[in-house]
Amino acid sequence: MIPRRYRVVHVWPELDDVMSMELAPLDGPSPQFKPGQFNMIYPFGVGEAAISISGDMTDPGRLIHTTRAVGAVSSAITGLTKGDMVGIRGPFGSHWPIEDQTGREIVFVAGGLGLPPLRPAIYHALQNRKDYDGLTIIHGARSPDTLVYPEELTEWKSRFDTEVDVTVDHALPGWTGRVGVVTTCLDRALAGMDAVNVSAFVCGPEVMMRFSAQSLIAAGVPCDRIWVSMERNMKCAIGFCGHCQYGPDFVCRDGPVFRYDKIARRLGLKEI
Amino acid sequence: MALKGFETILAEHPVFKGFDHETLSLLAGCAKNERFRPGETIYNEGDTADKTYILREGDVAVEICCPEKEPIIIESLHGGDVLGFGWLVPPYRCMSHARAVSAVRAMSLDAQCMRGKCDENPALGYAMFQHWVPHLAVRFRALRLQLIDVYGCEVA
Ligand SMILES: Cc1cc2nc3c(=O)[nH]c(=O)nc-3n(C[C@H](O)[C@H](O)[C@H](O)COP(=O)(O)OP(=O)(O)OC[C@H]3O[C@@H](n4cnc5c(N)ncnc54)[C@H](O)[C@@H]3O)c2cc1C
Ligand code: FES
Repeated sequence: MIPRRYRVVHVWPELDDVMSMELAPLDGPSPQFKPGQFNMIYPFGVGEAAISISGDMTDPGRLIHTTRAVGAVSSAITGLTKGDMVGIRGPFGSHWPIEDQTGREIVFVAGGLGLPPLRPAIYHALQNRKDYDGLTIIHGARSPDTLVYPEELTEWKSRFDTEVDVTVDHALPGWTGRVGVVTTCLDRALAGMDAVNVSAFVCGPEVMMRFSAQSLIAAGVPCDRIWVSMERNMKCAIGFCGHCQYGPDFVCRDGPVFRYDKIARRLGLKEI
Repeated sequence: MALKGFETILAEHPVFKGFDHETLSLLAGCAKNERFRPGETIYNEGDTADKTYILREGDVAVEICCPEKEPIIIESLHGGDVLGFGWLVPPYRCMSHARAVSAVRAMSLDAQCMRGKCDENPALGYAMFQHWVPHLAVRFRALRLQLIDVYGCEVA
């Protein structure tokens, strides 16, 4: 599959090592994407990395990604500047089935850089708020200076129809928000809900997703109404090479978004 | 009148709601209303753990002091949360600092009074054990998650 060329039209820092960029297509219009899908981004001459689409799916012409620099490819991506060109393959993978959850109470649980892959689904829920019974967004981070999209969190919180709970694992005096792991926040939020009517979308480090899913289930959320997003190293992204194998599934093709009950047993296994 | 108020608060709290009316009224005898101003210290690490608190309103920062550094807030507690476990374990010392972040209204339970009632009535002691341990288990689980620093090495 040949990458399509995109021009970097805007870049902005999110955190010390995290950057967002907006891309405009050079080879025809950008394909539609679904929330939770990812693209393979190719900074020419370096290599490809799977990065979730973090923008608004009603505006696919403004393709937005948020990337943390961890190695060669992701550092090349975060080093891109306005006017640079990149190759894009995608969108790939399964998506958050937010559109199928009408009439239900929606809970998003985002740990750290788990917020960017959830943001398109959050945008959808906010834009179609009347279709849902309730909307709660829980974001956990390591410390106050590592919260992603803080301005947007504040904006969402200011809406009367949306609950936003932000928590950090630890903080210094001066921080007046919540301190505690994301599951503590989740337990508290769930206490006021009719758990059977909750649909939950969880994204973040695997351990955090596992603990969050356990909290959701303990509160009575049906396990077929919980979705998580998995990450594995990818190469082809189209189900050919087997690099992203996760038990019987390929994350690029069968995921990255999985219904929790389908992978619950695997989530707790060592070295898979 | 005040005792009735305490009983109701206890009856509605997850840790105590399983107790019968008689036990709640017994425990309410150890209760007292407390208020703290924003910034006020509730207790310091090493203090005698002579009370446990059920927060009714406001926010509390639980802090650990590090030498020559600012204290680190390791947990924040809010309305409905229980503050202080040192009273359960000898030598009954506070295990951290607790500071009111906003105006705090709480109900305290006198530790000696509670322990005394449990000593006199082992069935009550066992019931207390049964109701406090699940609560402690939830807190320990959260602590484990905090300890492994899940976001420390995350990629996305
Ligand atoms: C479906 C999917 C969606 C993703 N979405 C995003 C996103 O929106 N933003 C973003 O910043 N990243 C995202 N990632 C992760 C991103 O693909 C990797 O960080 C990137 O491929 C790393 O490539 P690299 O060459 O920079 O680092 P490498 O040289 O490949 O790795 C550097 C270090 O990071 C570790 N590492 C690499 N990838 C991962 C991973 N996925 N999880 C944990 N550790 C890893 C390696 O073990 C190594 O220690 C996503 C991954 C997948 C599979
Ligand atoms: S990346 Fe090749 S099969 Fe998934």
